[in-house]
Amino acid sequence: MAEKGKKVMVTVRKAPHGSIYVQESIEVMFIFATYEMDLSVVFLDDGVLALQAGQDTKDLGIKGFMASLGALVDWEVTKVYVDRQSLKDRGIPEDAIIAIGKDDDSGAPIRPTVLDSAEVAAMMTEQHSIVSF
Amino acid sequence: MLHTVNKSPFQNSALENCLRLARDGDVILLLEDGVYAAAVGTVKSSLIEQAVRRHAVYAIEADLKARGLDKLIKQVHIASYGDFVDLVEKHPVHAWL
Repeated sequence: MAEKGKKVMVTVRKAPHGSIYVQESIEVMFIFATYEMDLSVVFLDDGVLALQAGQDTKDLGIKGFMASLGALVDWEVTKVYVDRQSLKDRGIPEDAIIAIGKDDDSGAPIRPTVLDSAEVAAMMTEQHSIVSF
Repeated sequence: MLHTVNKSPFQNSALENCLRLARDGDVILLLEDGVYAAAVGTVKSSLIEQAVRRHAVYAIEADLKARGLDKLIKQVHIASYGDFVDLVEKHPVHAWL
């Protein structure tokens, strides 16, 4: 049984629609949140492509998971981070990434927090376990 | 010959390997995660920016839309699944998986 409050991290390093990895990572985020673990999520390398705005999977005949990503905060997945260098390498402006929820009071969009590689690395060393996708 | 690339250019070297062996006049088709190579302003954009001088380069529209890509290298042709079929009919195919 998962121990409450243990620090766990989910890392997402795959591009969103070419494989099932990102979809699976979201399932795992929701499970960890349900067990009230101290969850951090980091999007890095090709994982940041999942945060690109304007994704529409209709013509691929799949539902996609943009709605799930947009509701992470509602599921109490609030510590969500994205690696600055990975965004830069892929030409994605930091202010153009999708929102993962809305602030309860102001209604302002909440976006993943952009971090430098050293900050991501430091956070990794604090975890009890890291689950990678 | 028609070369198809379905892997992200940031993840492995499939596109680079393809472009190294493709001969002048060969056609390149980007699909699935391969379409990320058609985006402007990335660390890998120069691959396709150079490739369009030697090749007709296509990218599948449904894959572009699924990934939210709308700022593309301008010489890249946007292809429907029907166009894909036409290309496969016309050329022998080498899939760089």
